[in-house]
Amino acid sequence: MKAFLILEDGTVFTGESIGSTREVVSEIVFNTSMTGYLEVLTDPSYAGQAVVMTYPLIGNYGITPDMESAKPWVDGYIVRELSRIPSNFRCEGTIQNFLKENDIPGISGVDTRALTKILREKGTMNGMITTNENYDLDEVLKRLAAYTTGDVVSKVTCRETKVLPGHGKKVALLDFGAKNNIAKSLNERGCEVTIYPADTKAEDILATEPDGIMLSNGPGDPKECKAIIEEIKKLYASDVPIFAICLGHQLMALANGADTHKMKYGHRGGNHPVKDLETGRVYISSQNHGYVVDAEAMDPAVAVPAFVNVNDGTNEGLKYTGKNIFTVQFHPEACPGPQDSGYLFDRFIDMMGGTK
Amino acid sequence: MPKNQDIKKVLVIGSGPIVIGQAAEFDYAGTQACRSLKEEGVEVVLVNSNPATIMTDKEIADEVYIEPLNAKALEQIILKEKPDSVLPTLGGQAGLNLGMELAESGFLEEHGVKLIGTTAETIFKAEDRQAFKDTMEKIGEPCAASLVVNNVEDGIKFTNTIGYPVVLRPAFTLGGSGGGIANNETELVDILTNGLRLSRVHEVLVERCIAGWKEIEYEVMRDAAGNCITVCNMENIDPVGVHTGDSIVVAPSQTLGDKEYQMLRSSALNIISELGITGGCNVQYALKPDSFEYCVIEVNPRVSRSSALASKATGYPIAKVAAKIALGYTLDEIPNAITGKTFASFEPMLDYCVVKIPRLPFDKFITAKRTLTTQMKATGEVMSICNNFEGALMKAIRSLEQHVDSLLSYDFSDLSDAELEEQLHVVDDRRIYVIAEAIRRGVPYEHIHDITLIDIWFIDKIAILVEMEQRLKTEELTVDLLKEAKRIEFPDHVIADLAGKTAEEVKQMRYDNGIVAGFKMVDTCAAEFDAMTPYYYSVFGSENEAVETNQKKKVLVLGSGPIRIGQGIEFDYCSVHSTWAFAKQGYETIIVNNNPETVSTDFDIADKLYFEPLTDEDVENIVRFEKPDGAVVQFGGQTAIKLTQALMEMGVPILGTKAEDVDAAEDRELFDKILEETEIPRASGGTVYTAEEAKEVANRIGYPVLVRPSYVLGGQGMQIAFNDDEIDEFIGIINRIAQDHPILVDKYLQGKEVEVDAVCDGTDILIPGIMEHIERTGVHSGDSISVYPAHTIGQEVKEKIAEYTRRLAKALHVVGMINIQFIAMGDEVYVIEVNPRSSRTVPYISKVTGIPIVDLATRVILGETIRGMGYTPGLQPEAEYVAIKMPVFSFEKLRGAEISLGPEMKSTGECLGIAKTFNEALYKAFLGAGIVLPKYKQMIMTVKDADKEEAVGVAKRFEALGYKIYATRSTAKYLNEHGVNALRVNKISQESPNVMDLILGHKIDLVIDTPTQGHGDKSRDGFLIRRNAIETGVYCITAMDTANALATSLESATEEFTLVDIAKIKNV
Repeated sequence: MKAFLILEDGTVFTGESIGSTREVVSEIVFNTSMTGYLEVLTDPSYAGQAVVMTYPLIGNYGITPDMESAKPWVDGYIVRELSRIPSNFRCEGTIQNFLKENDIPGISGVDTRALTKILREKGTMNGMITTNENYDLDEVLKRLAAYTTGDVVSKVTCRETKVLPGHGKKVALLDFGAKNNIAKSLNERGCEVTIYPADTKAEDILATEPDGIMLSNGPGDPKECKAIIEEIKKLYASDVPIFAICLGHQLMALANGADTHKMKYGHRGGNHPVKDLETGRVYISSQNHGYVVDAEAMDPAVAVPAFVNVNDGTNEGLKYTGKNIFTVQFHPEACPGPQDSGYLFDRFIDMMGGTK
Repeated sequence: MPKNQDIKKVLVIGSGPIVIGQAAEFDYAGTQACRSLKEEGVEVVLVNSNPATIMTDKEIADEVYIEPLNAKALEQIILKEKPDSVLPTLGGQAGLNLGMELAESGFLEEHGVKLIGTTAETIFKAEDRQAFKDTMEKIGEPCAASLVVNNVEDGIKFTNTIGYPVVLRPAFTLGGSGGGIANNETELVDILTNGLRLSRVHEVLVERCIAGWKEIEYEVMRDAAGNCITVCNMENIDPVGVHTGDSIVVAPSQTLGDKEYQMLRSSALNIISELGITGGCNVQYALKPDSFEYCVIEVNPRVSRSSALASKATGYPIAKVAAKIALGYTLDEIPNAITGKTFASFEPMLDYCVVKIPRLPFDKFITAKRTLTTQMKATGEVMSICNNFEGALMKAIRSLEQHVDSLLSYDFSDLSDAELEEQLHVVDDRRIYVIAEAIRRGVPYEHIHDITLIDIWFIDKIAILVEMEQRLKTEELTVDLLKEAKRIEFPDHVIADLAGKTAEEVKQMRYDNGIVAGFKMVDTCAAEFDAMTPYYYSVFGSENEAVETNQKKKVLVLGSGPIRIGQGIEFDYCSVHSTWAFAKQGYETIIVNNNPETVSTDFDIADKLYFEPLTDEDVENIVRFEKPDGAVVQFGGQTAIKLTQALMEMGVPILGTKAEDVDAAEDRELFDKILEETEIPRASGGTVYTAEEAKEVANRIGYPVLVRPSYVLGGQGMQIAFNDDEIDEFIGIINRIAQDHPILVDKYLQGKEVEVDAVCDGTDILIPGIMEHIERTGVHSGDSISVYPAHTIGQEVKEKIAEYTRRLAKALHVVGMINIQFIAMGDEVYVIEVNPRSSRTVPYISKVTGIPIVDLATRVILGETIRGMGYTPGLQPEAEYVAIKMPVFSFEKLRGAEISLGPEMKSTGECLGIAKTFNEALYKAFLGAGIVLPKYKQMIMTVKDADKEEAVGVAKRFEALGYKIYATRSTAKYLNEHGVNALRVNKISQESPNVMDLILGHKIDLVIDTPTQGHGDKSRDGFLIRRNAIETGVYCITAMDTANALATSLESATEEFTLVDIAKIKNV
C-alpha cells in the first residue's frame, strides 16, 4: 500500500506503508545510528516523535530481545528499506510484524538522505504519515502547524514502583521514560535499584534513605515538566548523591535556574564526541536529545560544565559546585551506541561511597 | 596536545614493490601522510624502492630515495639526512619490519632518532604471536587456542591436543604468505614446513580452526592522550577461512545487531589502548554465528589495505590523521576535512552500503589453483557504493573488468544438480555465481548456507538479484519493473538481454520516464552536517544532490580501475599527475575511478570524485550531469582507452590524440600502411580471426611466431608459437578471454628490446630517454629488467629510434603521450608495437630524467608546444645516473602458476636501482627486489639445448663467485665438457637424491631453469622444479640474460651505496 510523509514545509515523500496503516501526526527527527534500530524504537525518549533512520538498510537482524522498554514508543517510523528477511541467531521475528503488532505506522522507500538534509537545513519539523491518497494538503499543513508534543513524560513513565534487588548501594531511579539499560547498568554494579514513577514526591524518595538518586532520560520539552522540577529542587537540597542523564540533566539545570532551548535538529546517533573537561579525554557517545542546557548562562557557583560536545561546543554535562551531583546530556547506558562512557556509572558508585 | 616541536625532519618508509598482499594502498597512505606532514611544516625524507609510486615524487617529499628497502640502505640515508624521527607505520608490513629492525639493532638510539607513529614495544606486542596472545589474555580478549611453534614436531604435538583442523599463520609475513588450514597431519607438515621458512623469525602460530565464523574487522584510531574511535567496521561475506583480501567485504557490517557491533567495538578499543598504539590500527575478529562468542584473529598496528578501504568507504582520511597523531596532535584537534565543521574525534556514519570485491589474477595464471584460502591471491580490488546492498554488489561486479556484469556472467547452467552441489563446496572467486545458479534451481537458502556458511541475509540478497533476472525474462518490461531493476543496479544492456530488447531501447525508455541516476555524497556523517567535499556515488530512485558547477572548463579524467597484472599503479600515477596538471591550467577536474587503494580516489586529488564503475553506462550518467568540456583517456591505461568510443558518442571531445589514430595503432592494416608510408620496418605478419588463418600466416612467414590479441595490456594471451599445434592451443586460450578484436600473428625476431615514452605536440617530439631491456625479445617488457640510459646500443641506433619515434608520432597525429617498443638487431631497428597513450614506464622515466612527462603531455594536450614550454625537441641528453627497473613477481602466492617468463606479463610490481654505475645500479635493483645473495653458494642449472652454450659462460661466472653448481644430466655433461665443474643430479623421476631433494633441502640459493617450449603440462620436470623452487623461497631464473645480470650484480656487491636524491635530479 502507498504511504505519504507530509512535512510542515509542504514537502511530500511517497513510499510504501509499513506497520500500521493509521494516520499519525508527529515531530520528525532523524537518527544516524547504523545498528540498534530496536533500541531506538523502544527508547521512551522518542515518545511524541516519528524517527527517520539515516542508515538505509533496517531490520537486517530482525527483532531480538534488545528492548529498552516494554514496547516501542515512536509515533512513526521512516526508513529507506526494510530487510525482506532477518538473519540473526537471536532473531524472534521481523520488524514488519513488530510494527504491525504494536500499531506503529511507518513508511519505507523514502529518500531518507534527502529528508535528513531538509531537517538539517530547516530544523526539526512536524509531519504526517498517512496512507490516504486523497489528503488535503492545506488542511494537513494546518494540523501540522498546530501540533505540539506536549507532556509526554506522564505517558511513558512507569505506573508503579519496581525494585531490582541487589546487595550494594541503594539507588532511587526516577523514571521519566528510562531506558532499561540505566537500571541494568546500576544493577550489574551491585546496586539495588528502585524505579519510581515520574510524579513521585521527593519526600517519599528521600524517606527511603537511598544512597544515591538517578534521574533518567525521557521525552519532550523539559520545561513541560514543571511539577517534576519542583521535586528535583528538593532532591538537590538533600545532599544525596545524584546522577542524571539527558532529560534528568536538563531538569536538574532548570531546577537550578538555568535555561534550556530547542536545538535546530538535535543530536541523535551513536557517534558524537564529548570531552570530559576534567581529564581532556574525548569519548564517543550515544545521543538522543532535541533540547540543550544553556550552560554559559549558568552561575559557576551553582554548576560548571563537565562535558562539552566536540563538534558544536554545546553543553554535554554539568558538575554541581559544592554538591555531590553530576549530570550528562548523553547516554552512558548506550543501547544503542558506544559503551565508552559506561565508566560514569562507576563514578556514580564512587560518589555514593564506593561498592560495599 | 599541540604538535611536538621536536619533530622537524621525518624519514617515511614506503612499502617497496607491489606484490600480492602489499599493493597500491600503501602509496595512497604514504602520499596522504607525507602531504599531511608537509602541511605541518615538517621536512619529509622518503625512501621507497618502488618508482611507480606517487609518494616518490618530488612534490610529495622533500628528499626522495628510491633505494632498496633494507637496513643497510636506510642506515646510510639516516646518516646522510639526519632525520630526528622515523615513521614506519605507513609502509605496510615491509616498512614496519624495517622500522623494527633499525630499532632492535640499536641504530636508531645510537643516532638519536625516534620511531614515531608507534613504538617498537607496541609493534612487538601486536606482531609477535606469543606476546600478542599474552597481551590479549591479560585484558581478557579471547583468541583461538593456539601455540607458537618453531619446529614441525611441536606443531604436531600441539595439534593433537586441540584437534584438526588447525590454521597455520607464520609470523611477520605479508598477506598471510605461507599460511593455510591443515585438516590432517600430512597437510600440517606440508604447510608448517613452508611457513617456518617464510617467517622472518622462523615462527608459525598453530591455531584452533574457526573457519566458518563471521569475519568482522574494525578500523580503530588512537592518539597519544588515549582517545580512541572506530572509523568503520566491515563484514566479510566469505566467512573465516578466506583471506580478508580475497573476500567480498561489505561496510558497515550487515548482520550484526547493536549488541554484537558494540561488543566488538569495545573490544577493539580495549586492544588498541592496551597495545598503546598511536595512529591507525586494524583488528580482525571471528564471531561465532550462533552466539556472542568471538576470537581476535589479528591486529595490524599500522595502516593497511583495510584502512585504505575504510578511508574510501567512509571519507575519513586515516593515513592523514595517523600522520598528525604521530606529530603529537590529539583527535579532537584535527579537523575533519570533509565537513570542515567536525573533528577527527568522531565516528563516521554511513547512509549507504559499500561492497569490495577482490580482483583475482586467474585470467592471467590459468594453471594456478583458483581456490581461496588464508593466503591472499588478489592483485587488487574494486569498491562500489550504493544505498542498497544488491546495487552495491552489482556495481562492484561490473567494476572488475573481467567480462562480468551480472550474476549470470559465469554460466553454471550446464552442471547437473549433483555437480552444482559439489561446486557449492568449492571456495573460489566464482562462488557467488554458483550460489545464484543454486537459487535459480530452487535450492533452499538453508542448504546453501549449510554448505557455504555464508549468512542467509547475503544469500537472500543474491536471491533478490536472481528474481529480478527471472522477472525481466518473463514479465513485460513496465516502468515500475525497470525502476526496480535500476534501483538494484542492473545495467541497461543486461536488462535488454533479459527482456529481449536493445540496450538503446532500454535507455530510451528510462529517459522517457525520468529513470536516471542521481548522485549522493559521501560525507562521513549521514547528512547530519553540511559537507564541503564533492565525493559522489550514483543511485537510482533518489534525488540528485551533486552540485552543478560551470565556472571553469571541466575535464573528465578516467582512472584505470582495479590493479591487475599488466595495469598497475603506474596508471594511477599518470591519472593523478594529469589531474594536477589540468588543475594548474585552470580546469575543473573530475575523476572517475573505482579502486579504493589508489591516490586518485582520495577525495582531495580532483575537484570532484565519482566513485563509479568504468563502464559506458556509468560514465554516461556522469557525463549527462557534468557535461564536461572534454575527457582525457590516454592516462588511464586500457580501461580508459576502452571508453573512448562511448565518450565520443556521448558528444564528449577526447582531448589529445584522436580516437581514430588510437585505432590506427591497433588496427593491423591501418598500422601497416603507416609503417609503409613512414618507411619503418616491422616484423612481417598478419591479422587473423581463426586458428586456421593464424596457421596460414605462420607458415607463410615461418615459425616461430608471436601470437597476441589486440587491444590488451600487459601482453595478455601473448605467446610464442613454434608449430601448428601451439597455434591451436594459444588461439583457444585467447578466445577464452573474450575477444571482439582480431588476433595478431607476427614473425618472432630475437634481438634487443628497446622502449621509449615520448610527448608529441603534433609537430615536435620530446623523448626523455631510451630504455633498453636486459632480456632479449620474447620476454614481456613489463617483466624485463630495463636499463636507462640504453647501455649497449650505439649512437646511430639511438638516433634511428628517435627518428622513428618522431615519424610514428607525427603519422599517428599524436598529441600527448606515445609509447613505442622496438627491436634492435645490429643496425636495424624494427617496431614491435605502438601505444598512443601513457605507459607503465612513464613514472620511472620521469623520475630518473627529472622531466615531468605527464605534466608536459597534459599541457601539450591543452595546446602548448614543447618549444613553448622551454624544451628542445628530440632525444634529451642522458642523465648522469644509471637507473635499472627490476620486475618483481608474486609467484609464491599463486600455487600452480607457471613462472617462466614469456611474452605475457606476469610481474606484479617493480623496483628501481639507481647509481652512478651500471653495476651498482643492477646490484641495488636485485636487492630492492628482495634477492639477497649469496647465502649457501649452491645452485642448480637445467637449461634447454639452445641455451647450453651460453650456460657455460654463466656457470663460469658463478663458479668464480664461489658457487657449487648442480646440474641435471645433459646440462651437467655439457658444462663438464666445457670446463665447468658441475655436479650431476638425478631428474625428479629418478631415484633420490634427485634435484627435488636438493631444492627441498633448503641449501640452494638459485635455480636457473630455461624452459623448453610447450605449455599447460604441469607434470613436466621443469614446471615442478620451478614451482618447488618458488614455493621453498629459492630464486628462480628462466632467462639466460637475467642470469648474467645477476652474476654482474653479485660481482659488484658493495657495502656502501651511492645515494641518489631523486628530488634533486633536474633535466639538463
